Amino acid sequence: MNSRTSTIFKLAVLAGVLAFPAFGSDFYAEMVAKVLILAIFAMSLDLLVGFTGLVSFGHAAYFGIAAYAVALMTPKYDPANLWLALPASVLAAGLAAFVIGLFVLRTKGIYFIMVTLAFAQMAYYVFHDTPVGGGSDGIYLNFKPDAAIAGWAPFDLNEPLHLYYFVVAAMLAVYGLLKLVLRSPFGRVLVGIRSNEHRMLSLGYATFRYKLAAFTLAGALAGVAGFLYAVLFGFVTPEYLSWHKSGDVLLMVILGGMGNLAGAIAGAVALVGLQEIFTSVTKHWQLLMGLTIVAAVLFMPGGLTATPARILARINGGKTNE
Amino acid sequence: MDFVSFLIQVLNSLQYGLLLFLVASGLTLVFGIMGIINLAHGSFYMVGAYLAFALTSLTGNLMLSIALGIPLAFVFGALLEWALFSHLYKRDHLEQVLLTYGLILIFEELRSLMVGDDVHGVTIPELFSASIPLSDNLSYPVYRLVISVVCLALAGGLYFLIQKTRLGMMIRAGSHDRDMVKALGIDINLLYRTVFALGVALAALAGMLAAPISSVYPGMGSSVLIISFVIVVIGGVGSVWGALVAALVIGFADTFGKVLLPDLAGLMVYLVMAVVLLWRPEGIFKKG
Repeated sequence: MNSRTSTIFKLAVLAGVLAFPAFGSDFYAEMVAKVLILAIFAMSLDLLVGFTGLVSFGHAAYFGIAAYAVALMTPKYDPANLWLALPASVLAAGLAAFVIGLFVLRTKGIYFIMVTLAFAQMAYYVFHDTPVGGGSDGIYLNFKPDAAIAGWAPFDLNEPLHLYYFVVAAMLAVYGLLKLVLRSPFGRVLVGIRSNEHRMLSLGYATFRYKLAAFTLAGALAGVAGFLYAVLFGFVTPEYLSWHKSGDVLLMVILGGMGNLAGAIAGAVALVGLQEIFTSVTKHWQLLMGLTIVAAVLFMPGGLTATPARILARINGGKTNE
Repeated sequence: MDFVSFLIQVLNSLQYGLLLFLVASGLTLVFGIMGIINLAHGSFYMVGAYLAFALTSLTGNLMLSIALGIPLAFVFGALLEWALFSHLYKRDHLEQVLLTYGLILIFEELRSLMVGDDVHGVTIPELFSASIPLSDNLSYPVYRLVISVVCLALAGGLYFLIQKTRLGMMIRAGSHDRDMVKALGIDINLLYRTVFALGVALAALAGMLAAPISSVYPGMGSSVLIISFVIVVIGGVGSVWGALVAALVIGFADTFGKVLLPDLAGLMVYLVMAVVLLWRPEGIFKKG
């Protein structure tokens, strides 16, 4: 796809998403909102995996920490204020990522994968074993945050439609922010680290700081997703931090093709779509999921977005324009 | 804590640590020699435990089941290496993570389809079902001592295999410089298959030994997998001795953590890891 058709395609998808609640039922609108939230989550991980070359297998920790933050900030019989709760949750996730990043970024390669997983598991146990967040049962978020600014509420998250468009806006904001970050000198350094960290070091870049900044930013943006997820579904459990969640988001990034923000979104759509199809077929849908993943790795290197190009290339007799 | 209960906790720590060593040693060998990160390694522990459950219900004898189960697990590992893992050596870590993550889902669902999601018990062989009285009201089960002794013997066997045999020489050479081993005309594919199958057999054996004390339940592979990762990180990738020391450290940290700080028990292991990472990011026993 050249950049013009790609832009037209993206705009068409956006128009579809914006118009969706007018045609789809509430059930499907909620599902689209869920996909959009997971797309934020996947984009935030793509900043690490796809652009900086850091394979984090513990990204669910920051998603879950922000979800718990908003749940814990919400009083039992009142809503929290959105304009306080959202930044505070995102800050909590970013802070956790910063502290964990100080440890995990001392390692590389296989170690990094294992250590990020282990730290996420540690965060999981904090919520699972201690009474902080209701233990293994989790907690309910009885009231969605209140959007009022000094008594005036521009929208009401209790309205499904308002919540839907809030999620759309958040996704667009995160997409735009990441586009800007990647275009900035900072983003160029991250991509440089992915291709050759030693070269960046000898060029005088303190790569550790750049990686830590990327790790923190990715954690904070995963926090945006976690916050919205908790608000959308109204409850939080330790499973939000589980390694299955970390595996799923990694799957989205890889399914969509790494280092490609639109790909991360496509990956979220693909994963939720597959889950819906498989759960409708059988109770043992994870088996189908597992088989699909194994087949995808064996036969489809490069991910979903790379596959059309590969097929085209095969038709054109082996010429690629990659 | 009085002396007897302290002694019991020490024995428990040793037993738990040594059992973890069986799982982690295979994991670290596969990492070190083939450069493969295998998330499905915990599943082999689960497969072992369920194998013990299934075979014991057939034969009525755990020891016979273990004797049958080890070769089965070895063959299973060799088949898996041939069918799937042999395609992963040239892929990057990310694809290895993905494929082995898919394998976990497959193994868990197959387990659910074949055995169901209930918790099952496995009886301790009659020979070892006694307990040694240590004081008026405290005693220690013989079977746990047997586990420790078996694991120690296996650790010794592994030492002999790696340090004193031709296969061990190739394994050591392979973990040092893969390409050079290939260039010297050693059949690297056969070496990989053997090491992988050995790792699977060790993890399955750990599962079989643990089945009577931990019982057999869904998801038992995941918790062991993550602890094994921590052990490999602490011990250093590819170092079997590092894995032994780290497994014992984790065994003690976890057991005493549960006794002394029950609220933070789940965290203890990870705190140990964090400290080691600050001190030596490449593990305690990382070579060169």
